[in-house]
Amino acid sequence: MDLSNTHTMVPANDHGHGHGHGGHGDVRSYVIGFVLAVVLTALPFGLVMSGALAHDMVAPVCMAFAAVQIVVHLVYFLHMNSQSARTWNGAAMAFTVIILLILVVGTLWVMVHMNMNMMPGMTPGE
Amino acid sequence: MFGKLTLDAIPYHEPIIMVTVAGIIAGGLAVVAGLTYFRLWKPLWSQWLTSVDHKNIGIMYVLLAMVMLLRGFADALMMRSQQMLASTGGPGYLPPEHYDQIFTAHGVIMIFFMAMPFIVGLMNLVVPLQIGARDVAFPYLNNLSFWLTAAGAVLINVSLAVGEFARTGWLAFPPLSELAYSPGVGVDYYIWSLQISGLGTLLAGVNMITTILKMRAPGMTMMRLPIFTWTTLCANMLIVAAFPILTATLAMLSLDRYLGMHFFTNDGGGNQMMYLNLIWAWGHPEVYILILPCFGMFSEVVATFSKKRLFGYKSMVYATVCITILSFMVWLHHFFTMGSGANVNAFFGITTMIISIPTGVKIFNWLFTMYRGRVQMTPPVLWTLGFLVTFTIGGMTGVLTAVPPADFVLHNSLFLIAHFHNVIIGGVVFGCMAGFNYWFPKAFGFKLDERLGKISFWCWLVGFYLAFMPLYALGLMGMTRRMNHVDNPLWHVYLQVAMVGAAIILLGIVTQIAQIAVSIQNRKALADHTGDPWDGRTLEWAVASPPPFYNFARTPVVHGRDAFWEEKQAGRGPAPLPNYAEIHMPRNTGTGVILSAIAAVLGFALIWHIWWLAIASLAAAVVAAIGHSFNENRDYYVPSDVVARTEGAYFEQLKAQEI
Amino acid sequence: MSIQTPLSGAQLDLVADHEHHHDAASTTILGFWIYLMSDCILFAALFTGFAVLRGSTAGGPGAKDLFDLSYVAIETALLLVSSFTYGMAMINAEKGRRNAVLVWLGFTFLCGLGFMGMELHEFGELIERGAGPDRSAFLSSFFTLVGTHGLHVTAGMIWMVTLVGHVLRRGLTEANVTRLACLSLFWHFLDIVWIGVFTTVYLLGVA
Repeated sequence: MDLSNTHTMVPANDHGHGHGHGGHGDVRSYVIGFVLAVVLTALPFGLVMSGALAHDMVAPVCMAFAAVQIVVHLVYFLHMNSQSARTWNGAAMAFTVIILLILVVGTLWVMVHMNMNMMPGMTPGE
Repeated sequence: MFGKLTLDAIPYHEPIIMVTVAGIIAGGLAVVAGLTYFRLWKPLWSQWLTSVDHKNIGIMYVLLAMVMLLRGFADALMMRSQQMLASTGGPGYLPPEHYDQIFTAHGVIMIFFMAMPFIVGLMNLVVPLQIGARDVAFPYLNNLSFWLTAAGAVLINVSLAVGEFARTGWLAFPPLSELAYSPGVGVDYYIWSLQISGLGTLLAGVNMITTILKMRAPGMTMMRLPIFTWTTLCANMLIVAAFPILTATLAMLSLDRYLGMHFFTNDGGGNQMMYLNLIWAWGHPEVYILILPCFGMFSEVVATFSKKRLFGYKSMVYATVCITILSFMVWLHHFFTMGSGANVNAFFGITTMIISIPTGVKIFNWLFTMYRGRVQMTPPVLWTLGFLVTFTIGGMTGVLTAVPPADFVLHNSLFLIAHFHNVIIGGVVFGCMAGFNYWFPKAFGFKLDERLGKISFWCWLVGFYLAFMPLYALGLMGMTRRMNHVDNPLWHVYLQVAMVGAAIILLGIVTQIAQIAVSIQNRKALADHTGDPWDGRTLEWAVASPPPFYNFARTPVVHGRDAFWEEKQAGRGPAPLPNYAEIHMPRNTGTGVILSAIAAVLGFALIWHIWWLAIASLAAAVVAAIGHSFNENRDYYVPSDVVARTEGAYFEQLKAQEI
Repeated sequence: MSIQTPLSGAQLDLVADHEHHHDAASTTILGFWIYLMSDCILFAALFTGFAVLRGSTAGGPGAKDLFDLSYVAIETALLLVSSFTYGMAMINAEKGRRNAVLVWLGFTFLCGLGFMGMELHEFGELIERGAGPDRSAFLSSFFTLVGTHGLHVTAGMIWMVTLVGHVLRRGLTEANVTRLACLSLFWHFLDIVWIGVFTTVYLLGVA
């Protein structure tokens, strides 16, 4: 689905193409996205399954792959681009990402401290 | 066959409950009898229950809120009287098992089934009109949202007659709310009535945001939105962001209770602190969901009745947006004492203090709007003045408790109770009353009786201070919350004063009911013939009272803020048009009522472990929802001559006024 | 909010009907998108719960004892392929090719079915081994997080079948294409959530 068209009121004489730009260009987008996603999945799986990563590198490396793959999905499957980002959909996502960061980082920070002070033996990783 | 449900679930041996239930049943029968006698079933169904019109839905929401206010306030009266009676060593008349259900129900009802519906109702009624739209973005979803909320309210009322309610406080902290310590159905009633109504609220949030972003009249840029619409937008952003957290957390609790999981249990590695963290991550934004629209209501009232543009519109908008984001960064102040340590506490203490700054900006803007305005002392303005004083005091005690060391002394004392009632009553309740009085003529075509309105305000104001100021003192003296009896003779007189305050608030509520009754009786004398009884500034006043079902015959074009005021100043009021286009409108539908009735049955079945009924109703709900998607009879066109006639009648009325 | 929506200026609603129809699609998509954002936050709460409770195994089995990465890799592949096949369905929907849409939806459904089958099998096995959700907080949060994702996938599949019904009935009308577009957003979003799941639950759990 092409999100880039969601902000304009389509002029009165444009009937058939209310949605994507349509056409063959999009197949390319999906194929590229698919291939990238496969690579970005295979790599972390391979690294973990082969035990090649040092223990404290696992989390940052895997998270990095995940973050990149999420962007790949957004760009190639959800057709996010600089134009679509300036729509209300883009704004909604930006707001959600901010809230997500606050919620996740905040909760982890709070709970690590709570566990440390109040429940010895419960800290993640112990 | 009936799961855990037996006839023993009905509390025969509790006289207070049985009398109340008898009263509710009698009242219900009276309503049914009245509807039958006056042959109102068909219009009730076709014009109200199945309505997708935002105005009707808004009215139904407010009606629900007012009915639930009575139950929530009855709980309050019971608590006040019990504490007064039981503060000299005696037991009072409410044993702890009963008292605990009362304070839990009081909180749940007042927040979820009084304040939220009241505010959602006013937002529904007003915002589409303010932005020049015909309805909200998803009218059917709007109807569904209302009925899901009503289904939740039904469940919580059924808990009075069949079974029991939670005894855990309004947020149901574990481990008390876990199966080990609450083996009965009370917590399950709590969970399911909130999950069902919570879904309704979430959908309403999606609806309102989409409406405001996509359905504004041409020319109404974001910085030309009426300020009530701005605060509605921000509050609904908070709804969409916060309610999923509530859903997830209550789901985890129900998984513990139903499937023996260990999210928050004492054994198996559960972590109860995580529940508090998550539930307050919802809970704090929730109170901003309540207060922001009320701030918007006050802004509209102040500007209209000062006959002046709102001072500092831009700063109001920025302050609202700041509060929106910041409201997600303060939640830990609800559990400073739980043990996260000095650094974490300090961070959240500071953010809590910071959030009072944009609120302060708003207070100054309201004061500056009134300064050098020609302020008319109508009931909405009285409620606003009461708010300005009361909310400020409540806010200050909030900043006081935002200091972690102070909070360590005051947490869970009556000081806290006094603080949040101070801001919720002073802010949310007064706001809803102001909005109710202000927009009542728009909804019904006649004003509310002013004298009774003023009397009810003064009763509420005086009653509030008498009821809650003593609680501040009691909190500082060390009285803990949620106690059904205390033994300190020094505290007794304060509790007596608080009881008197509650009684005066009761007078205020009675007066409001009288106000409505009297106004209906005198509706011809109080009629609003022009649609603009207050010489208003925003677009909702540019149509008749009540508005035609399609709102605007032709979508207005907006050239500035206070769009209607601009038009009036330029000499352009509402004027008849030479011709009217036909208008595309959505059809009413019964699916919302049906789905919500099924949801209520599903909730009841889950509560009582009637598994076959739960599965059957879930399946029925899915089938009904899918079936509705195949309904193609969802809209129609209002013929242009119908529009012309409706508009014609309005302009005849206007002309008659001028003569 | 500083984002401005370009509006059509002084146009009154005499052409409201036509405008309204085009607007209806983007309005519906925005509304659905906002709902999807709320679903993100729901998952975030569950992810956070998992992160907090991941070590609370209560003396029972942990991730290393329970998870089979090659199994998860296959599940991941199925979901990824299904995202691709749905994309193909959408392209054909925009071109009005009804039968192609139905075929690609069919492939998508099969992938989803495969994914759910594997997941249910995994769950069943864990429960049989005494590693059910009632064993420990870690397992409770695992089953809930992964299970909620699975419930969403199942709901999406039911929705897909319903949409096949709609398309068979009325063809690729604007309303149906909008519905397909919403499901497309939903389906891709679920794949994104799965990226989070396989990373934080399985990869980080086993490593």
